[in-house]
Amino acid sequence: MTARAQIRLLPDGRRLHLHDGPIDLIVEAFGAPGEIETAYRAACARFVTVLDELCGELSFLRQACSEEAEWPQGAVARRMLAAVRPYAARCFITPMAAVAGAVAEEILSEMVSAAELSRAYVNNGGDIALHLAPGEKFVIGMVERPDRPSLLGTTTVYSTDPVRGVATSGWRGRSFSLGIADAVTVLANRAAAADAAATIIANAVNLPGHPAIVRVPACELAPDSDLGERMVTQSVGELTSREVGEALAAGARTAEMLQRIGLIRSAALSLQGETRVIRDLAESRLIARPVQERGLVHA
Amino acid sequence: MSDDAIRCDACPVLCYIKPGRTGSCDRYGNHDGKLVRLDPHVVLDRALERGGSVVPFLERAGEWDGTLVSHGESFVTAIGAGTTYPDYKPAPFIISSQVEGVDMVTVVTEGIFSYCGVKVKIDTDRHLGAECRTVRARGEAVGHVTTSEYGSQMLSLGGVRHLTGGSRHEGTATCDALLKLCNGEAVELKIDDGAKVVVQAAKAPIVDGAQEQRMRVGCGSATIGMFAKQWFGKVDEVVVVDDHITGVLSEHQAGKLLGVPETGIKLKGRRSTPGRYFQVAEPGTSWGGTDIDDPLTILGKFNAKKAWRGLRLMMVSTTGEHYAYFELDEDLRPRERELPSDLAKSVARIKENCEPALCTVLFMGGAGGSLRAGVTENPVKLTHSVRDALTRVTCGGAPVYVWPGGGITFMADVSRMPRNAFGYVPTPALVAPIEFTLKLSDYAGLGGYVENVRPLSSIAGEDEGRRRLTARADNPWPLESPAKAKKR
Repeated sequence: MTARAQIRLLPDGRRLHLHDGPIDLIVEAFGAPGEIETAYRAACARFVTVLDELCGELSFLRQACSEEAEWPQGAVARRMLAAVRPYAARCFITPMAAVAGAVAEEILSEMVSAAELSRAYVNNGGDIALHLAPGEKFVIGMVERPDRPSLLGTTTVYSTDPVRGVATSGWRGRSFSLGIADAVTVLANRAAAADAAATIIANAVNLPGHPAIVRVPACELAPDSDLGERMVTQSVGELTSREVGEALAAGARTAEMLQRIGLIRSAALSLQGETRVIRDLAESRLIARPVQERGLVHA
Repeated sequence: MSDDAIRCDACPVLCYIKPGRTGSCDRYGNHDGKLVRLDPHVVLDRALERGGSVVPFLERAGEWDGTLVSHGESFVTAIGAGTTYPDYKPAPFIISSQVEGVDMVTVVTEGIFSYCGVKVKIDTDRHLGAECRTVRARGEAVGHVTTSEYGSQMLSLGGVRHLTGGSRHEGTATCDALLKLCNGEAVELKIDDGAKVVVQAAKAPIVDGAQEQRMRVGCGSATIGMFAKQWFGKVDEVVVVDDHITGVLSEHQAGKLLGVPETGIKLKGRRSTPGRYFQVAEPGTSWGGTDIDDPLTILGKFNAKKAWRGLRLMMVSTTGEHYAYFELDEDLRPRERELPSDLAKSVARIKENCEPALCTVLFMGGAGGSLRAGVTENPVKLTHSVRDALTRVTCGGAPVYVWPGGGITFMADVSRMPRNAFGYVPTPALVAPIEFTLKLSDYAGLGGYVENVRPLSSIAGEDEGRRRLTARADNPWPLESPAKAKKR
């Protein structure tokens, strides 16, 4: 279905925009011009079949993951399952929790294997796969709330860091969340892993039964949601600072546990203006340096 | 299950979409049972818009030379044949771009203003607080009471000292109050040693729980001047109580001209000119913006040589909200009586002549810094161009007053902008829309990013994430050149 997908170069002449159904990617590669073009052509060639591959296995990918689940056919689907399997025994999760990161990862891996690049990223709506040649780095900005302009901080990922994936999840985002976090940003070794972990941690930032939180069964909003009748957050009223602290602490406990078992490197959890940062044990500089104002367009 | 969900066939996901909802792409939705393409907040479409017009990649791959242009964001979409205003809602997510070393953050095209604030005009004669007193929101200092204006109390809120010069709480409370006021929401403010006032742009102020209705018709003296003739013959003495200037009919020039006889009335306070008194009481939220509930407390004893038994006295406030009618008894003491109907008419007339009391909020900000660099490589040329009226500045499509002198410091009425035109960053600072409109040739002349200019037609069609609004009839059209507008 190549006719459906939209592939265009943004007018800055650098970034590639790939769009198909719910998938929307911004891609940028750095290196020699010929290498960049080769990488972009590889990305395009791979991209045009991704959505069809996923939809072919959609009913499987929407089911709760179990540890015994058989491996699906598609490469992206396999990345999804690999990312969510570590959680299968502990909680409800479907491979869809990692779809955005898995797509980003797949496209990036095609680019990197096709061309010699110093750096590259594939950004799938905030779920980002990174490539860094030795000696390179990326500066990544983070937002406090996906629906408001607020640069919470920046984090620098160096080639010596193991981090190659960044993902953000929260109830204000495009996907449903069981929790109340405005945004949970996770750095992990891979984009799909970061995506799954961000979902799990955002779900854990929660105040069960709190009257100011409006929750609706997911299937009432979207009949074919992978979350079925699970109650998803639709709005969160103003919370006291004690409640905010309590909810963030719950999320932080989950994040720390995931960090201990190596599923994530670091995480930043935001709720109603408060932020909790779970730093990388080895590299405390990894996340949430306050944003440098000169990095913004300043009046 | 009988619901009105529909199956979307725009892509192979084949979402089943409930009425009023969108599919997983956020682009297609169920509107009254019909599948429609919507204009939602699709994150990456924003990036796309911000990137400007799109170039097909594969088709034009041959022409693409692979050069990496490093201008970052195309800031101005309103340039030359541009739009009425740029996509003023800020970037909602982490999106690819590169600005001064920050990769993968979409930096908003709006200005981030830490030098900014609002000037609030509150139409009331009630005393809200002394000049220079601190104004608080959520207990934090966010501004101060400034010089009052005719019939209005003025507040100056925000500014860099409260935003970034104080504690984090002070900055956050200030930013929050400014954001709400600019976006047309109500904010409760408490003035030190003064009133609690709820302020909302284009709405009546609520002072200590009471909604203000009307502005005063004039000061006490002006009220005497306006109504003396209507009172003549129906009453012997009128005192118009006003915190600023209290007027006395028999002593006032207007009364003298009509031949109103002396009444032996004695006012407290400081006499300015005949029939005009300052400081008859303390400022407050009662009669005419004073603190008095009993108007007689501002009167001394009547002079027995001039006054007479049965003398008819009316006291009224400058809004007609408070009034009382008295007749002197044999000891020349005022006794309250019912207001005669012909005087009641004049009180109603005072009320009728008072305009509705409103709060008005002007955003004031200075675009002196790097924001200009998003417009031109030679920022001072933009300032000069604005000064020479070659470039029109608008704020969310609303007209602005650009303050003379250096920089681009401007004021704009927030109620003339689309709702929710403002955002914030946790610096804290306000994010405000600002558009510069000028001729394409002038734009090239001041070193603009001409290669990023795209025609209006490229975004005129239906597209995602863009909100189309009808222009406000009371706003000048931003694309009309200032020079032409001046000639008219």
